Amino acid sequence: MIRIENIEKSFGRLRVLQGVSAAFEPGEVVAVIGPNGSGKTTLIKTILGMVVADKGSVLFDGKNIAGDFSYRAKIGYMPQAGRYPENMKMGQVFLMMKDIRGIKSGFTDEDLINEYGLGEMSGKMMRTLSGGTTQKVSAALAFLFNPPVLILDEPTAGLDPLAAEILKEKIQKEKNAGKLIIVTSHIMSEVEEIAGKIMYLEEGRIRFYQSVHSIKTRAGEEKLGKAIAQIMRNNRHA
Amino acid sequence: MYCRLAILLILSTLSCSAKVSVVCMNCMQKDIQQAVNTAMPGDTILIKPGTYPCVNLQINKPLSVIGEGYPVLDGQEKDEVVSVLSDNVLISGLGIRNSARGAMKDYAGIRVFKSQQVTIINCMMENTFFGIYLSDSKNITVRGNHSRGANYGKSDTGNGIHLWKCQGVKIENNHIEGHRDGIYFEFAGRCLINNNLCEKNFRYGLHFMFSDNDTYTGNTFSDNGTGVAVMYSKGVQMIGNYFTDNRGDASYGLLLKDMSNGVISRNTFSRNTIAVTMEGSNRMHFEKNNLISNGYALKITASCQQDTIVMNNFSGNTFDVGTNGTLNDNYLNRNYWDKYTGYDLNRDNIGDIPYQPVSLYSVIIEQMPFAVILLRSLTVELMDRAEKSIPSLVPETIQDKSPLMKMILQ
Amino acid sequence: MLKITKYVIYDILRSRVMIAYTAFLLLVSLSLFSLENDSQKSLISLMSVEMIIVPLVSIVFPTTYLYNAGEFIEMLLAQPISRRSILLGEYAGVAVSMLLSFAAGVGIPVMVYAPTATGMVIFISGISLSLVFISMAFLSAVSTSDKAKGIGIALLLWFYFAVIYDGLLLGILFSFSEYPLEKTVILLASLNPIDLGRILILLKMDISALMGLTGAVYKKFFGTGLGTAYSIGMMSAWIILPLLAALGIFRKKNL
Repeated sequence: MIRIENIEKSFGRLRVLQGVSAAFEPGEVVAVIGPNGSGKTTLIKTILGMVVADKGSVLFDGKNIAGDFSYRAKIGYMPQAGRYPENMKMGQVFLMMKDIRGIKSGFTDEDLINEYGLGEMSGKMMRTLSGGTTQKVSAALAFLFNPPVLILDEPTAGLDPLAAEILKEKIQKEKNAGKLIIVTSHIMSEVEEIAGKIMYLEEGRIRFYQSVHSIKTRAGEEKLGKAIAQIMRNNRHA
Repeated sequence: MYCRLAILLILSTLSCSAKVSVVCMNCMQKDIQQAVNTAMPGDTILIKPGTYPCVNLQINKPLSVIGEGYPVLDGQEKDEVVSVLSDNVLISGLGIRNSARGAMKDYAGIRVFKSQQVTIINCMMENTFFGIYLSDSKNITVRGNHSRGANYGKSDTGNGIHLWKCQGVKIENNHIEGHRDGIYFEFAGRCLINNNLCEKNFRYGLHFMFSDNDTYTGNTFSDNGTGVAVMYSKGVQMIGNYFTDNRGDASYGLLLKDMSNGVISRNTFSRNTIAVTMEGSNRMHFEKNNLISNGYALKITASCQQDTIVMNNFSGNTFDVGTNGTLNDNYLNRNYWDKYTGYDLNRDNIGDIPYQPVSLYSVIIEQMPFAVILLRSLTVELMDRAEKSIPSLVPETIQDKSPLMKMILQ
Repeated sequence: MLKITKYVIYDILRSRVMIAYTAFLLLVSLSLFSLENDSQKSLISLMSVEMIIVPLVSIVFPTTYLYNAGEFIEMLLAQPISRRSILLGEYAGVAVSMLLSFAAGVGIPVMVYAPTATGMVIFISGISLSLVFISMAFLSAVSTSDKAKGIGIALLLWFYFAVIYDGLLLGILFSFSEYPLEKTVILLASLNPIDLGRILILLKMDISALMGLTGAVYKKFFGTGLGTAYSIGMMSAWIILPLLAALGIFRKKNL
C-alpha cells in the first residue's frame, strides 16, 4: 500500500534519514521504534508529505506522492502534540475538519468521540482544554474519516491509562477491518500489545523490520523488550 | 480784462455742454472718430448697441463717451482700440475688443496718455493685449471694468491694468483675468486699489515696482501663475486683501522685496505655496493677518530688519516660518501658532514657554529641497522632536516669546 | 482555501490581540477627531499613527499568529489540501480580519468625521500598508522555524522601513545634494512602501507645499496617470512579491 524507496533527508548537517526503504501493507500494525532522534517522526512526516525528502520516493498505492496532496484523503494522522485554533470551540473544530475534508456527518466514524465523551464538551474553547483532552481530540480526528491508513505519532503519550486503553482497542478493531496502521512509540509493552511488525530505526537507518513473532524467535526471548535488546547487542558485536 | 474774457469762455462752454451726439449703426453718424472730431469740448457722445470698427479712436478733447447696452468697439487687431489724449474724459459702458498685439509696442484696449481727470467705468475688455494702459497721467479713476486677457493658456498677453508714471489713480471693483499681470504698477504713487479681483493671470496677480505710498484694500488675488509681487516701494498699505490658491514652482501669496515702512494688516492668505515671502524688507508691520493651510506661511530672509510680526494666526500650514538666517533684528510676538504645544498655567491666554516656528526640517529643506519628499515621515518627526529639546541647527533667536493659546478673531 | 480562510477569520476575530488592536485604533481615531476641531489636523496625527502602528501590528501579529498556528498548519498539511491553498487561505484569513479591524478602527471614524479626499487616501494607504506588512510577516514566519528569530526578523523589517530607510534616504540626499536627484528620489522612495503610502497622502494633504520648486517635480510625477499607475504597481508589488517568496519557501518547507 505504501512503499518508500531510498529516502534520504538531512536538516543542515544532521543526516536524519540515510537511505530508508520499506513497504507497508493493509491489515498491518507497524510500530516504528528507536532511540530519540533516530528519525521516526521524520519518516512518518515524509510519508505525510510534511517533510520533503532530499532523495528517494514515497509511493502510495503505486503513485509517487511528490507534488500530490489528494492521497492524504486516505490517511488519518494523529500528531504527537496537536494544537488547534485557540478561539474555537471543540465542536467547531470537528465541524471544521469535516468541512475541510468535505465529508458530512453520518459518514464518519465517531467511536472515539463517543467513548471519550467529547460530545458533551463540544462547547468548550480549545484553549481551555487540558493536554490529555486535546490528545483525545487528535485521536478522534484521526479516526473520524474512516481512512484506510492511520499514522499515529506517540499516540498514548499524553493520554491517561483508560483513554490509552480505549485507543489501543480501537487500533485493534481497525486492524481487523483491514487497515494499515503505523505507530511510533517508546513503550515496549504497548508495542508488544498492538503491533504485528516492528521497524527499528537508528541513526536514520533501518536496523531491522520484522514481525514481532520472528523477532522473539530470533532472539529466543519471550519479552519483546528483551528480545530487541538482545538483537541490538548481537548486531553491535557482529 | 483777462478775467472777463475767462468768464465769457466758461459761460460759452456751459451753454454748449448740453450737446449730445448719438452714434448708431443705422444713423447718419456711424463713425465714432468722426463724431469725436466734430464734437466740441464737453460734449457727450452716446453710442448705441452694435459693433463698430474702431482702430485707434483718438479722444483728444474733454468728452464723455458713453455706451448704451454695451456697444462693441472692434480694433480688428490693427492698433490700439481707444486712446485718451486729453484731460477730463469719461469713458463708460463700452465693449472693447481685439487690439493689436506685438512685442515692439504695448497695444492696449484703452490707453490714457499724459492726461488728468479721466474716468473709465464699466467697460468690458476682451482679447486686448493690454486692458487699460495709463501712462504719465494723474487723478484717473478706473472702476467696475472687466478685462479678460487674450489667449487663455498662452503667455503672449499683456497686463490687465498697467500704470506707468502715474499719481493719484483710483482702481476699484475691477475684475481682471487671464492676463500676464493682473495689475501692474511702475512709478505710480498715492494710488488706491480697492475691491478688485485678479485671478488666473499667468504671471502676477499684482506686480508692483517703485511705487510709493499706495493703498490696497479688499482685493482678491487668486490662482495666479506665480503669485503677487510687490517690490522696491515705500509706505505701501495692504489691508484686508485675500491671497488664495497661488500655487506653483515659485508661487507666493505675496512677495515683498526691498520694501520699507509698509503695513500688511488683516489680510487672509490661504492655500498658497508660500503665503508671504519677505526679502530685504525693513520696518514692515505685519499684523492681524490669517495664514491658513499654506505650504510655507512666512519665508523671511536674513536681509530683513526691524519688521514687526504680531497678532497673526498661523494655522494648518505645512511649515510656519522658513528662513536662511537668524532674524535677530525682527520682532515676532503674540501670534497664534496651531503647532504650539506649550501650556498656559496662569490662564492669561499667553503660552508660558516661547514657540519656535522654524523646524529643523524646514532648515534642511532650505538647503536640500529634494528632502521635501520625507515630509511627515517618522524620521523627520523624530529629528524635529530631538531638535526642540536640544537645539543645535535651528537659530534660537527666532521665537515668539508670547505665543497666543487661542486663535484671534479678526 | 476559502474554507481555511473562513476558519482563520473566525479564530482571529475572537483573539484578544485583534480586539485590542481594533479598540486601540478606534480610541486613537475618536480621540483625535473629538479633541481637535479642525479635522485636517486630526488627519495629520492619524497619518502619523498609521505610518507607525499599522505596519508594526500588521507585521508582528501575523508572524506570531503563524508560529502559534504551527501545529494546526501541520494538522492541515495532513489533510488532502495543497500547501499553496493552506498558505493563501491563511493569508486571506489574516488579511481580511486585520482589514476589518482597520476599517472599524480607522475607516469608520474617518468616514464620519472627515469624509474628504485626504481621508479617503489615508484609509486606502492604510489598507495597502496593512496588506504589505502582512505579506512581509508571512515571509518572515516561513523563512525560519525559530519563533524568536522570526519575530526578530519581523521587527527588524518594520524598523528598517519605518525609521532606518528614511534616515538612509536623508543621508543620500545630504551626500549628493548637488546633483539633480528627483528621479532617483522618486525611485528610492517607492522602494519603501511606508514612504509610498505617505507620499500619496501628502499629495492630498500638503499640496500647497508640494507645489513649490522641487515638490512640483514629485507632484508632476505622482499626479499623472502614469504616476498613479506606477504607485499602484509598486504597492501591489510590495504586497505580492513577499507573499510569492513566502509561498516559494513554504512549498519546500519541512514542518
